[in-house]
Amino acid sequence: MQHHKKALLLSIVPGLGQFYNKQWVKGLLFFLASVSFFIAFKDLLNMGLWGIVTLGTEVPRDNSVFLLAQGIIAILVLGFGLAVYYANLRDAYRNGKLRDDNQALHTLKDDYQNLIGQGYPYLISGPSLFVLIFAVVFPILFSFALAFTNYDLYHSPPANLVDWVGLQTFSEIFTVDIWRSTFFDVLAWTVVWTLVASALQVSLGILLAIVVNQKDMRFKRFFRTILVLPWAVPGFVTILIFAGLFNDSFGAINNDILAAFGIDPIPWLTNASWSKLALILMQGWLGFPYIFLVTTGVLQSIPDDLYEAATVDGASIWAKFKNITLPMILIAMAPIIITQFTFNFNNFNIIYLFNGGGPAVPGSTAGGTDILVSWIYKLTMQSSQYSLAAALTILLSVFVITIALWQFRRTNSFKEGA
Amino acid sequence: MQNMKKQRLIRLLFSYALLIFMTTIIVYPLLWTVGASFNPGNSLVSTSIIPANPTLDHYKELFAGKDSLQYVQWYMNSLKISLFTMLGTIISVSFTAYAFSRFRFKGRKNALTLFLLLQMIPQFSALIALFVLAQILGMMNSHWLLILLYIGGLIPMNTYLMKGYMDSIPIDLDESARIDGASNTRIFLQIIMPLSKPMVAVVAMNGFTGPLGDFILSSTILRTPESYTLPIGLYNLVNEVMGASYTTFAAGAILISIPIALIFILLQKNFVSGLTAGGTKG
Repeated sequence: MQHHKKALLLSIVPGLGQFYNKQWVKGLLFFLASVSFFIAFKDLLNMGLWGIVTLGTEVPRDNSVFLLAQGIIAILVLGFGLAVYYANLRDAYRNGKLRDDNQALHTLKDDYQNLIGQGYPYLISGPSLFVLIFAVVFPILFSFALAFTNYDLYHSPPANLVDWVGLQTFSEIFTVDIWRSTFFDVLAWTVVWTLVASALQVSLGILLAIVVNQKDMRFKRFFRTILVLPWAVPGFVTILIFAGLFNDSFGAINNDILAAFGIDPIPWLTNASWSKLALILMQGWLGFPYIFLVTTGVLQSIPDDLYEAATVDGASIWAKFKNITLPMILIAMAPIIITQFTFNFNNFNIIYLFNGGGPAVPGSTAGGTDILVSWIYKLTMQSSQYSLAAALTILLSVFVITIALWQFRRTNSFKEGA
Repeated sequence: MQNMKKQRLIRLLFSYALLIFMTTIIVYPLLWTVGASFNPGNSLVSTSIIPANPTLDHYKELFAGKDSLQYVQWYMNSLKISLFTMLGTIISVSFTAYAFSRFRFKGRKNALTLFLLLQMIPQFSALIALFVLAQILGMMNSHWLLILLYIGGLIPMNTYLMKGYMDSIPIDLDESARIDGASNTRIFLQIIMPLSKPMVAVVAMNGFTGPLGDFILSSTILRTPESYTLPIGLYNLVNEVMGASYTTFAAGAILISIPIALIFILLQKNFVSGLTAGGTKG
């Protein structure tokens, strides 16, 4: 039998293949690594894998949610273990192959050098990747898994067990009347909110940047500083300030400003339509400075000779704006504008801090101004409908990712075409 | 000629009118808050921008150290969380971005796609998971867990920004340094990092303001008043009894907003070049 096959077969027990290739230290390392892996994670793997399949069998001994979490961690750990195991198999195979071809084997020093050279990117990005898996990937996997269970107020540990129910929650979103109507109401407002609020803040930012950066404007520094203020003040502070300003009974907007014009108080917080208007105006206020700043940067990078050439050709101010300024801005800022849309789609803070997604709508778990993320938050924290919240999270993610990928592709091809 | 002059006049007139209008809209809520913080009493019914009998009571109340209003503690908590998140984010993001920008390794493409997808799923949609995680680890109320979660959430998007910026630094610089015998780490520390300063500033800003803007993650994990951050503490202050503590909230809001706004405005120039570059490179 050839060396590479033998080595490969032997290293089914990690390390033996390396021993066969007479690479004692490396073999020992692989062997010790796998032994300690099993000793360290034996219980976790055993418990986790059993738990994720059954989600517990006995109350109160088993807590389904903890078992699910352990199960997912076990799968992640197992994935890592399998990766090392694969490296072990591949190493034995390769060195076996080298022996077949009568070539010198890599010495331990070579391997070390190799690891430092090839492994450098892994080494420096490894810690980040670990944090990412722990803080982002695991929670997302966990809540995706919850979508396929019946975890809610009535199936909630430690008193009750949670079970796998497959796609039932998803089908209920579309078949149970109250859920379906709420879902589509919320989705419709989310889309309107995303489009209108983002469009407002982007156009306001661009407009103001162009106005301030006109050649013959004075006090540019002053206006720039003022216009950046909404961005400089922490967002949660401003939203809470606005919640006070818009307050139906004591807010200054009703009592001072509208009263000065002789307009009756407007129910900003208690009427859904007025709330929506207030939210969109506030997001315009909060969001434009960022666009303003970036547009200012872009404007300053447009070479003057473009305008001079256009002036020589007799172009009007409007023509210069339409044919030089605007296209330059839009090309340079396309990615930033897209991120504004994804940001607003998930803009929980403004909705929740302003009036908690209210006013309340009778018979519905979502308030009049709830967008998808704030509705999901309420389902989780207030009405304990965890599996519904998780299923909605999946739908939301699919929605955002589809649109964003489509957009990115479009702008990329746009850039290459230009 | 006369016509041109007139056109210019009208244009400038409109421009200044618009800017003055915007200035009013921006400054009014801020001044109103300042006014509210000096107004006597708790309610806002009688609030005016220039209070008739200004008082410092609300500021004193912040530092009185009541159990339900541990403003100094919240302030320190927020500062600590923001600073460590910022540091952690800068370190992890710049190393990862360096790896993605300068090395071609197995799994690079997949990892980049993963980052792109992860930055689109809001982290807090996995709220229950984070709650369970905190319980399993016995780290409810732990600021360090929160910092780790923030850093994780900031990595995907900021790595993209930073990688885009590093891609624009000519690779000849690395190569000539390598010929002179510089190691990877040295190239990173002495060439790439100094040249990426504008983007480091952007990442630092994101890292610092991220925790300050977060309400959900922190309110899920921090459950005791002494572990609160400013957003939770101030939100509770406003919502405790509808509008009853609004004036105290205003005082607290001002003490956090002024330093942050000042830093922002002073460092503004540094962000802008980074942001603009990030926008075009994406």
